[in-house]
This record gives sequence, C-alpha cells and structure tokens, in this order.
Amino acid sequence: MKMINLKIDGIAVTVPEGTTILEAARAAGVRIPTLCFLKDVNEIGACRMCVVEIKGARALQAACVYPVSEGLEVITNSAAVRKSRKITLELILSNHDRSCLECVRSQNCELQTLASELGVTGIKFPELGGRELQPVDDLSYSVVRNPNKCVLCRRCVSICKNVQTVGVIDTMERGYRTVVASPFGKNLAETPCVNCGQCIAVCPVGALTEKSEKDKVYEAINDPDKYVVFQTAPAVRFSIGEAFGMPIGSRPTGKMVTAIRRLGVDKVFDTDTGADLTIMEEGTELIERLQNGGKLPMITSCSPGWIKFCEHNFPDFLDNLSSCKSPHEMFGAVVKTYFAGKEGIDPAKIFMVSVMPCTAKKFEAKRDEMKNSSGFADVDAVITTRELAAMIKENGIDFTNLPDSEFDDPMGAASGAGVIFGATGGVMEAALRTVADVLTGEDLKDIDYHAVRGVEGTKTAEVSINGRTVRVAVVSGLGNARKLLESIRAGEAQYDFIEVMACPGGCVNGGGQVIQPSCVRSWVDLRAIRAKASYAEDLEMPIRKSHENPAIKALYSEFYGKPGSEKAHHDLHTHYQKRDNY
Amino acid sequence: MSGFSENDEKYQKLLEIIETNKNVRGSLIRVLHDSQEVYGYLPIEVQKVIAEGLGVPLAEVYGVVTFYAQFSVKPKGDYRVSVCLGTACYVKGSDKLLERLEEELGVSVGDCTADGRFSIEACRCIGACGLAPVFTINKDVYGKKEPDDIPGILAKYRD
Repeated sequence: MKMINLKIDGIAVTVPEGTTILEAARAAGVRIPTLCFLKDVNEIGACRMCVVEIKGARALQAACVYPVSEGLEVITNSAAVRKSRKITLELILSNHDRSCLECVRSQNCELQTLASELGVTGIKFPELGGRELQPVDDLSYSVVRNPNKCVLCRRCVSICKNVQTVGVIDTMERGYRTVVASPFGKNLAETPCVNCGQCIAVCPVGALTEKSEKDKVYEAINDPDKYVVFQTAPAVRFSIGEAFGMPIGSRPTGKMVTAIRRLGVDKVFDTDTGADLTIMEEGTELIERLQNGGKLPMITSCSPGWIKFCEHNFPDFLDNLSSCKSPHEMFGAVVKTYFAGKEGIDPAKIFMVSVMPCTAKKFEAKRDEMKNSSGFADVDAVITTRELAAMIKENGIDFTNLPDSEFDDPMGAASGAGVIFGATGGVMEAALRTVADVLTGEDLKDIDYHAVRGVEGTKTAEVSINGRTVRVAVVSGLGNARKLLESIRAGEAQYDFIEVMACPGGCVNGGGQVIQPSCVRSWVDLRAIRAKASYAEDLEMPIRKSHENPAIKALYSEFYGKPGSEKAHHDLHTHYQKRDNY
Repeated sequence: MSGFSENDEKYQKLLEIIETNKNVRGSLIRVLHDSQEVYGYLPIEVQKVIAEGLGVPLAEVYGVVTFYAQFSVKPKGDYRVSVCLGTACYVKGSDKLLERLEEELGVSVGDCTADGRFSIEACRCIGACGLAPVFTINKDVYGKKEPDDIPGILAKYRD
C-alpha cells in the first residue's frame, strides 16, 4: 500500500493513500469537529463543520472528504478555521428548535456538544430563521420525526436508503425550504417504513426518536391491580451500561435486573427464555420442513423490521418465513397463559413490558395476530434500552453501584443459546445447536459454529448434520437481505435455512440501543464489541443449548406437550400479510 | 383526482419511457421530464410507477421533483400564467402583479383553477429585464404592466 506523508498542525504523519484529512488528523492526535459525517454511512462534506486550511488551497476544505496527498500541509485550528466553523454552527443553530432542556437527546446531542466545544455563547440570528414550528410526525408506533430539530445532515437518509434499502425519507424541496421528510407529505406510518429505528441510532440530534411508552409503563406500575412483568431482550444487557458511562461491551446483566426490580415491578424475566422457546418451535419447524419436503429455505422471523420489509418487498417469500412469533411475543403469550394459570393470576391483570433493543417491536406488539394466545395482547408495552435507562435515571437508581441479582423463577432460566440471540448469526447458531442434537440423537460437544459468527453482512456455510448437508446463510442489514433474496429469486443461490436480522450486526446494534455519537461509532465497531460480550456471556452459562433449559422442559411437559403441538401453534405461531408500498 | 388510469395511451407512453431508460444510470431526471411532457405534471400515481419501474425509492423521486422548479406535482392549466420574480421584475413590483393575478383567478401561486383553464406559477428571470415587470401566459409575453391591466389581459383568454 502506498504511504503518504503530510503535516497536520505541524505534526508529521504517514498514512495510507486514500485516507482523508479527518482520519489522518486522528492519527496525529488532532481532533476535528464533525456533524454530518458518519464513517461508511454518510461521507458527503455537507455541513462544513470539519473545514480546515490547506496550504496553497484557495478556500477552506472539508476534512471528512478531502483525500491526503504527498507533502500536504494542513492547519486545523487557525483563526479563519475557528471563525468559519463557529459561524456555520451558529447558522445551523439559528434554524434549530432550541428547546434543548425538553429534548430527549439533551446531554447526548452532537449539536449541543459542538456548541459547547466551539464556544458558542450567543447566536446572532433569529431562532428558527423566523419560521413557525413545523408539525411533528408522531403517528408511527415506533419512530417520531421532529423536523424542527433536524440539522439536515442526511445520515438518516443514507442509512435508510443505502444501508437498509428502505428509502422512506429523503431530502425534499431546496435551499432554505429543504426538509428531510417522506414523499407527498405522508407520515412515516403511511410509508413502507419498517420501523427498524436505524435512523434514530444515527441521528446526531433529537429529530428522530422512538415513540415512548414509558408513561404507560409507569401507569401500570402505579396501578395496584396490575401485575407488572418485565422481560429483557438478549441484546439490552450488552448496551444499557453505556447509558451510565460504562465502557461499550460491559455486561451489567445482574445490575440491570436489580434496577428493574427497584422500579417496583412484580417479576423480572428474561427474553432469553423466550429465545430458547423460539429455538424449540423454529428448530422443530425446520426439521419438519427438511424431512417432509416443506418450503425451503426457511427464514427466521425474530426481527419485526425484517418481517415488515419482507411483507412490503418480498411477498413471494412469505411462505418461507418461519411461522414462529418472535421471542418476546412467545414469552408474553406464555406468561399470560402458562404462568398466569400456574400462579393463579388473571391474565387480564398482567401487564407485560418488553425491554427491547428495537423500535420495530413496538409496531409488532400492536399487530392483531399477537393477541390470540390469552385473548389479550401478548405484550402490553415495548420500551427500548434507552427508555429503560431513562426510567432508571428518573427513579434515582444508582445503576453502576447496584448489587447483582438474578432473573425471577420460574421463567428466568435461560441458556447460552438464548444469550447470543442478539448478535448476527446467534439465532442460527442457537438453532443449529438444538437441531444437530435432535437429528443425531446425541449430546454434541462441538457447539461453537464460528462460520456464522462475525459482523460481516452476509455469511454462508454448509453444515453437516447427521450425514445431511444443510446450507445456511446469515444476513444482517436489510440491504444485504434484499441482495440475498434477489439472488434466490433469480435462481442463483440455494439455501435451506436463512437467518435475517434487520439491523446491521443484529439486535446488539438495534435501533433501540443506547446511542453512541459519530465520534465514537465512526471509529469503533459497536456491533463487534457488543456481540463479543454476548459470546463471552454464553461461554459462562452452565447450559448452552435451548432444549436443555429446565424452564423450557417444564413448559413442554406441563403445558404444550411437545414443540409444534396444536396448542403451541395456537399460542406461539403467527402469519404474515402482503403489504402495499404507499 | 388526476384522472390517472392504467388503461389509456398516456400510461402506455409512461411505460415506454421507463422501459427505454430503466437500465441507464442517472436516468431519473430524463424520465421525469418525458413523463411530465406526457401528463403535464407529475402526480403521485405517475411518480409511483416511475419509482417502481426504475427501482428508486418514491422518497427520492419526490425529492428530485420538489428540488427542481420545472417539475410540478400539481396540474397546469390550459393557460399557464408565469410571473417573473427575478430581481429586476421584483423591484419593479412584480409581486403586486402576482397578488392581483391570484385575486382575479381565485387561486394561489402553484395552483390551477377548478375549471382547469388557468394556473399560476412564479418563475426566475426570463431574460426580459428591460420589460420589467414581466409575466407570460403560455407563449405571450406581457411587459411593463400594472395590476389594473390584469383583468383586461385575462379577459382575452377567457373567451
């Protein structure tokens, strides 16, 4: 690789050809402020926050898109640079609804941080450029869009269109009237938005947020007639610590359980148990399809963003989707039927809260098909990892100093297979662990399926089980899912079993996770670090296969009989529908 | 609302335009131009067909349509009244002309009268600053006019 020598603020630095000034500055220990930049997602030099002086250049240049060249001399902090950045920032702020104290992103806002770091103490332009506040789009169950907070960085547009290939928001109009919006003034709920929330995860400000259900949850906790049950998804524990200043990749599972208990809830269960249950049902379905000439490839159905994407874009694959509900819905169904019966609780009084790394689960929980088990909704409220963190703060719970505690019995036991559900490849690996045991009739020891691990968007493998080759594919990110399904549609590829997760890297990088600013997520791989934490936790679990989970064994012996039974189908399975685009 | 139908000649034309351009990189703007030529404007139904046909998100299509002034999502009248709001015309009072036109026709800038006869739009400099303030009705150019001249001029087109 050709190396380039240059100087940044007088510091000599050598970097590979093709590096930008922004990256080279990092190598030199120089920090250049950015706003629209998000590595690999949005590198368009639009916001002009990262301007620098280049010796011999006529005007200031955007460091995030300017490639280095031999002998380049860059000044990142001259008076001209600082003045330009500050005026640019003040102009952006002049167009921003500055009700920061009331904003959910306060203290985790890249614009606020910039204003502080660049020393903005007064803005000489009128607020909102003298315009009226625009209406907020809050009709979606998952995503709220507030145009008044938008800084037009286009990160959301890029992730929605280029990474997820959903493309329901874009820049409209031009110049002063430019807005990021859906076409024809439609609200997000009227578009083929899949509710994945990746736009929220990349938004530097409070223009995109989840539709909060905290109030509903508080109301239930405060209602003495309600029996409030929380369940937490596998990926939540590997992100929530970040909201309290813990390093990325921390595993504060025990503290999280203690914190939820201190909110005043009746039971804290683990969605990992639901994940184990999903494996029993989905594994059985796969074996059935493999042995009886059923529709293949079978595709996982845990990711509601993926499900809606499939319903809009690949209706010809609906029969390929596993009929299994997602783990938290299954678990909700079990709590309101089996658990309610066992404990003698009226299911009408149970208020089931799912804490999810996901905004699409909010939409999923409201689907009519998720109300058939007990006659009530399987899940009453879905809150994101962020909303849980906010509730913990609101209740004055000192998270980092909490003692650990365990999930409640009897539905708290989970296996390592359930733990890894949140990483791309995790559902596949969990399924293979169980399916291989069932088909061979043995207790296999070699259960680490490394071929399906890792953050790559598409992974394929051939797994030999009991003399049969099972062709598997694992994709995360909907753009990758689209490519894979198109290749299958065209007859270019054949698989038996496919895992799809809507978010790049899987649920650990879900749209409901704690938001890391671009200055962090541009340079560290959140997906990899959080996934690594989940595989570490899996290794520590005494039981690592779903079918060996005692809670699951008891559930089948006492209630469902066997996986795939008629009763199991009634409570734990669902169906899908073709959806129109617009 | 637009009288859009999948059974008419216009629709066949639209499909042809898409077919000719669909594998050409960056052909969206050309397709929009040609389609507006056929329909007179670009209603949502047309944009949906284009989005689907070219494999481009509808949001992107709509983004391009609203970015460029020559594309319209609203129908145009038989007589397209276009008022120049360029600098020279503006200082000579073309905003007053526009106001009076809106008043006389009973529609706002960008809209079309219910009978489909007249639509009003604002445009940038048309290069006739010597005649400022200028407006055009289809290909007829009117220069150095006062708001009170408007009723008389419109009458000529009303038959």
